[in-house]
Amino acid sequence: MTDIAATAPAHGHADHAHDDHDHDTPGFFVRWFMSTNHKDIGTLYLIFAIVAGIVGGVISGMMRLELAEPGIQYLTGWAQFFDGAAGDVQGKHFWNVMITAHGLIMVFFMVMPAMIGGFGNWFVPLMIGAPDMAFPRMNNVSFWLTFVAFVMLVGSMFVPGGSGLGAGTGWTVYAPLSTSGSAGPAVDMAIFSLHLAGAASILGAINFITTIFNMRAPGMTIHKMPLFVWSVLVTAFLLLLALPVLAAAITMLLTDRNFGTTFYDAAGGGDPVLYQHLFWFFGHPEVYIMILPGFGIVSQIISTFSRKPVFGYLGMAYAMVAIGVVGFIVWAHHMFTVGMSVNLKMYFTAATMVIAVPTGIKIFSWIATMWGGSMSFKTPMVWSLGFIFMFTVGGVTGVVLANGGVDTNLHDTYYVVAHFHYVLSLGAVFSLFAGFYYWFPKMSGRMYNEFLGQLHFWIFFIGVNVLFFPQHFLGQQGMPRRYPDYPEAYAFWHLISSYGYVIMAVGVLIFFVNILWSLVAGKKAADNPWGEGATTLEWTLSSPPPFHQFNELPRIA
Amino acid sequence: MKSLKTLVIAAALSLGAVSVGHAQAPAAAPAEAPVAATAANPAPIAADAAAPTAAPATTEAAVPAGDANYVPMKPTPGIGQPVAKGIDFQPQVSPVGEQAYWFNNVILLPVITVITLFVLGLLLWVVFRYRAKANPVPSKTTHNTFIEIIWTAIPVLILAVIAVPSIRLLAQQYEPPSKEALTIKVTGYQWYWGYAYPDQGIGEYVSKMLPEADAKAAGEPYQLAVDNRMVVPVGRQVKLIITGADVIHSFAVPAFWTKMDAVPGRANETTFTANKVGVFYGQCSELCGVDHGYMPIAVEVLPVDRWEAWVRSKGGNPAGPVTAVAAAAPAPAATPATTTTEAVPAAAPAAAPAATN
Repeated sequence: MTDIAATAPAHGHADHAHDDHDHDTPGFFVRWFMSTNHKDIGTLYLIFAIVAGIVGGVISGMMRLELAEPGIQYLTGWAQFFDGAAGDVQGKHFWNVMITAHGLIMVFFMVMPAMIGGFGNWFVPLMIGAPDMAFPRMNNVSFWLTFVAFVMLVGSMFVPGGSGLGAGTGWTVYAPLSTSGSAGPAVDMAIFSLHLAGAASILGAINFITTIFNMRAPGMTIHKMPLFVWSVLVTAFLLLLALPVLAAAITMLLTDRNFGTTFYDAAGGGDPVLYQHLFWFFGHPEVYIMILPGFGIVSQIISTFSRKPVFGYLGMAYAMVAIGVVGFIVWAHHMFTVGMSVNLKMYFTAATMVIAVPTGIKIFSWIATMWGGSMSFKTPMVWSLGFIFMFTVGGVTGVVLANGGVDTNLHDTYYVVAHFHYVLSLGAVFSLFAGFYYWFPKMSGRMYNEFLGQLHFWIFFIGVNVLFFPQHFLGQQGMPRRYPDYPEAYAFWHLISSYGYVIMAVGVLIFFVNILWSLVAGKKAADNPWGEGATTLEWTLSSPPPFHQFNELPRIA
Repeated sequence: MKSLKTLVIAAALSLGAVSVGHAQAPAAAPAEAPVAATAANPAPIAADAAAPTAAPATTEAAVPAGDANYVPMKPTPGIGQPVAKGIDFQPQVSPVGEQAYWFNNVILLPVITVITLFVLGLLLWVVFRYRAKANPVPSKTTHNTFIEIIWTAIPVLILAVIAVPSIRLLAQQYEPPSKEALTIKVTGYQWYWGYAYPDQGIGEYVSKMLPEADAKAAGEPYQLAVDNRMVVPVGRQVKLIITGADVIHSFAVPAFWTKMDAVPGRANETTFTANKVGVFYGQCSELCGVDHGYMPIAVEVLPVDRWEAWVRSKGGNPAGPVTAVAAAAPAPAATPATTTTEAVPAAAPAAAPAATN
């Protein structure tokens, strides 16, 4: 992986980069550890996200192994890996550590770095015709803060966290389980990790907003920007407005834990529910942060492989803005059972359902983009089609859960687990794979293997559906989330679900084989391997692009 | 007497608050509870004919009243618990549950299925019709205001149609409990539940998961079976006052469509009415630490007379707090609630016929 884009040609492509002889390509350490180049930082982010994805994915595999049959089979043994004296209690605590780590890693260290840090860094400057990001050194700080945050989180698994080693609070870190309920430094470390990851994201968001507002090439008005750039712009605003609230909420957790404050302790006049309101005021925009760049990626790909411009461009752009705005006023649907007034619940039910409208506009606009097109089904396009369908499935179960009265039963059950894995593990992750295959030739200069790409899609598609669809059934039957063990009656669908994981894992292995094979022996990629449908600026550059591009700004007609 | 009832609840709740303060000693609370509850309820006990009138005609009322020997009921397979390979909701036995189940399975599920199949159909159609081979020259269409308005307006209409029963369901769930509702105070502890019946003078008792061998021996599903169940009368509304003693837990019974978080420092209220006799299981539904998965909930719904017998077996008074109207009844004076176990054979036959109509 490390040599994605590592071979920037000394001579740039045609007109755009004729003077990159001005700077010699820096040496290895300077280039990769003190980088100020948006493409190199994007590459670092992608490598980081893949590594974190492997860690988070292995953890989910361990969870599916434990859940494959009733009873506790492996947890104590795994806990002993960290602490030789671990017993039954530490084993069950380790379960909570795994659900926490899986959630935090996938959200903060896999999806976000890949979408925003990886593809955002790589392609926002290229698509708007800018030579680099507005604040290149801040860009580097963002990446290394994310890296340290990840190290902190993984490190927290080795220090005491109450009943055993590691933070076992769930990714939501609800008080008072995370305050009086978890003694030891593990939760503090996890909170610091979130602080650092949040700071990194805020810096990144500032960088993207500044870049997009100020560094567009002449002629590229806001309403001519590619939809991927639009999606990153909206995402950056969500990050900028939501993450400070998370920072405040978890800072109060820290002071409650260490300095005797009682923000979330009723005994001192505080309220545990306050934490939930603050957390979800961040947490709901966060789920759009994870999916909006995916919308952007899919829009580019659908248009490219239909050889047709995006249908209803303005509607598509402003639907994302609408999703972003409405995303800030629906947070309490994550807390329907916390004990709120009926009026509040009615409001949050209605407001949440409103989000289905702009989302529907996007789904139908993608289909309309293909309508009348001339479609070819290369790997990125297949992933995008899969994305549209799977995201629809996850979206409609979201409409079910939006109804506060129905959510009473489904809240905190596997139905919710199924729902958010359909929109994230099948939505966001499908768009990540789609984007990876779409831009792999541009980033690496080599073509991926088409057969392996298609095989990866079909195996992964079958695997995740076998994995997550039965979880709807478990949820409707009443199976609660975050359980290491379950009554006999749930055994059948849990076993099917675990089989699904194995199928999915085979798909991921094929992905890695494909990357390695393509990097070593892939065909040389042309500047624009996708033909006339690929109209955005990155395809006018060489593959991979020169170390510095657009030293002479392109003009957009 | 309303103030007395409030006092009892307040006493019970403050006990919960005390145990919040000393989170490490939750076991002390149940032990003290009966004392506090009975102390706060020194009023003479009367055969209050008005109290349990909410009981509907039930066919299961075969056991003679006054039987103080409570034997835990065996669960019915497929009712009140998950079934192997099951895909649907558990059968609903409360009016709210039936309403919600209808809303989901008759309105929501068909709507989302049709939408999903519609999107899938469109996708398959464009893939087939507009593949490069079938349509070599792409059209240049970029927008069509009319169709964009259509696909904005129709989802809005669908959502508006969904919203009506959805809001109605919420209103039904939040209807204030009736005066006859049975009040039960539920406290979540790490990692068990405490139940108290302040009006009946039953102090808090603890409900813990049965070990695997005991559950098997009792013919109950492991990880759902408990040692001491919450016991309620069939057909009578139950008002739960729910709080948490240490961290947040969540009281859930899928067959009643009931779930409410047990938040330390808060007294959450929710209601349910069980229309069927039986045992109904649930599980803690908010991550609460190591044994989150091992603090199940079991609610036993009994015919009114057998529920009353259970109350007496617990040393409580089924008639609940005395109302001023009940003064007309020939009540034995000043019988402390804790001694009613002995009084049962004498008092119950007289009281029961009136109570069960």
